Amino acid sequence: MALYNETVMEHFMNPHNVGEIENADGKGTYGSPVCGDMMQITIKVDEEEKIVDAKFKTFGCGSAIASSSMATDMIIGMNVEEALDLSNKKIVDELGGLPPAKIHCSVLAEHAIKSAIYDYATKYGKTYAGLEGFDPNAEEDHHHDEIEEE
Amino acid sequence: MKQIYLDYSATTPVKEDVVKEMIPYYTDVYGNPSSLYSVGLEAKAGLEQARERVAKLINAEPSEIRFTSCGTEADNWVLEGVADAFKNKGNHIITSKIEHHAVLHTCEHLEKQGFEITYLDIDSNGFVKPEDLEAAIKDTTVLVSIMMVNNEIGTIEPIKELAAVAKAHGVLFHTDAVQALGNVPIDVKDLGVDFLSMSAHKIYGPKGVGALYIRKGARINNYMHGGGQEARKRAGTENMAGIVGFGKAAELAMNGLENHIAHCSSLRDKLWEKMQAAIPNIQVNGSMEKRHPGNLNVSFDYIEGEAILLLLDGNGICVSTGSACSSGSLAPSQVLEALGVPVTKMNGTIRFTVGDFTTEEDIDRVVEVLTTVVTRLREMSPVTGKEGW
Repeated sequence: MALYNETVMEHFMNPHNVGEIENADGKGTYGSPVCGDMMQITIKVDEEEKIVDAKFKTFGCGSAIASSSMATDMIIGMNVEEALDLSNKKIVDELGGLPPAKIHCSVLAEHAIKSAIYDYATKYGKTYAGLEGFDPNAEEDHHHDEIEEE
Repeated sequence: MKQIYLDYSATTPVKEDVVKEMIPYYTDVYGNPSSLYSVGLEAKAGLEQARERVAKLINAEPSEIRFTSCGTEADNWVLEGVADAFKNKGNHIITSKIEHHAVLHTCEHLEKQGFEITYLDIDSNGFVKPEDLEAAIKDTTVLVSIMMVNNEIGTIEPIKELAAVAKAHGVLFHTDAVQALGNVPIDVKDLGVDFLSMSAHKIYGPKGVGALYIRKGARINNYMHGGGQEARKRAGTENMAGIVGFGKAAELAMNGLENHIAHCSSLRDKLWEKMQAAIPNIQVNGSMEKRHPGNLNVSFDYIEGEAILLLLDGNGICVSTGSACSSGSLAPSQVLEALGVPVTKMNGTIRFTVGDFTTEEDIDRVVEVLTTVVTRLREMSPVTGKEGW
């Protein structure tokens, strides 16, 4: 018996893409240890605006680490536009579901990815519809009780 | 993979001698102890023997022991039963910020019914101060309820001093001794308490049975209404096998108390020593003096508790988180909060409790695995301590 489903446990026990890309094209963090979880994502983007690599470092529970692993897996090979379109719901679906109280972990991943892309867009002078109104420094608003399950 | 269980404060395995005494009460001595024929009278004799054994463990009279369905029921009974009995005298109850939810949530329930509750603070070592209690007592105070041993940080509260303060003001005193029973010597006469809650499954007895000590003459209303069981104080057909098991577990706890304390505290101290030598940036929460012999509550910087728990579980080691993110409850621990532990450390807190079946080899293995687990999670963490958290 385990606390999470097999996919989540597998991504937690053997996470993919752990670490930090040196000279990353984009770097984003979201959350803080005060809130109980914090995620940092670094990305490498090629000239066609395709994400060729992504790595994460996460402070958080099992599902936060699993969400980071899955989310970075998902965005590698995506165009930046596609990655901006990645909702927390898609991450949860790919993980085969998370307990209601842990949905915020997937929100954290979605925001960390957006923050990394925001950093990339700022550095390279790009604009994306998917970043409209996005503030990487906004207070963590997902907080714990919120359930963003559709 | 060998399982190493280090969560004896959550529950304990039932000892074989206890199970052996319980079994006949399911199959042979199945009578209702209220019945007047032989199989009923036999059950009644078993019930009374259990009562004597539990009474002996806390130096009470058997007639002062009333069996309940669990420790939580005993806590609910005291708070609601005393509040109800004294509602024309006063509506003020004093407790502490570090009580078990069985007390805290019952107090919140009473607050909604118009009772005023004072929640006492603890000092930086985890102790409630008698002078704080003295200052909080009012003319309207009808009950003081302070736990004997805290379930998270294991601190042994100064119950004798606290009960004396309440007594000086003519206020009844209750202590939740669920974590204390079988882990520290308890003498209700010496302590001077009026009510004391107990549970069987924390002392190698079965789940689903507890007891409330009610000092002879202490006024309290009934909580469970129905038949005339338990001297008309607690209705409901007795959980016979459970009660008999509780009695046997109490007897074993009484006879083995000194050995149990020596065994647990030596292994617990060894666990902490080895942990400190192997893992940097950790702290123990709560005083190491006057502490539950098996309890160790440790905060690991830069990482989160549930992740530690899951990786330990992957290696067959059972512990619990002292705080957030555990089993769907995301609120930070009210105990660590009251102790003044910074919230970042709170999130990385683990409670270890050793018990009678823990061995030296278990401790070695736990420290070895824990070191790997903590290192791995720290490598994965974006938090390094340089950020100022």
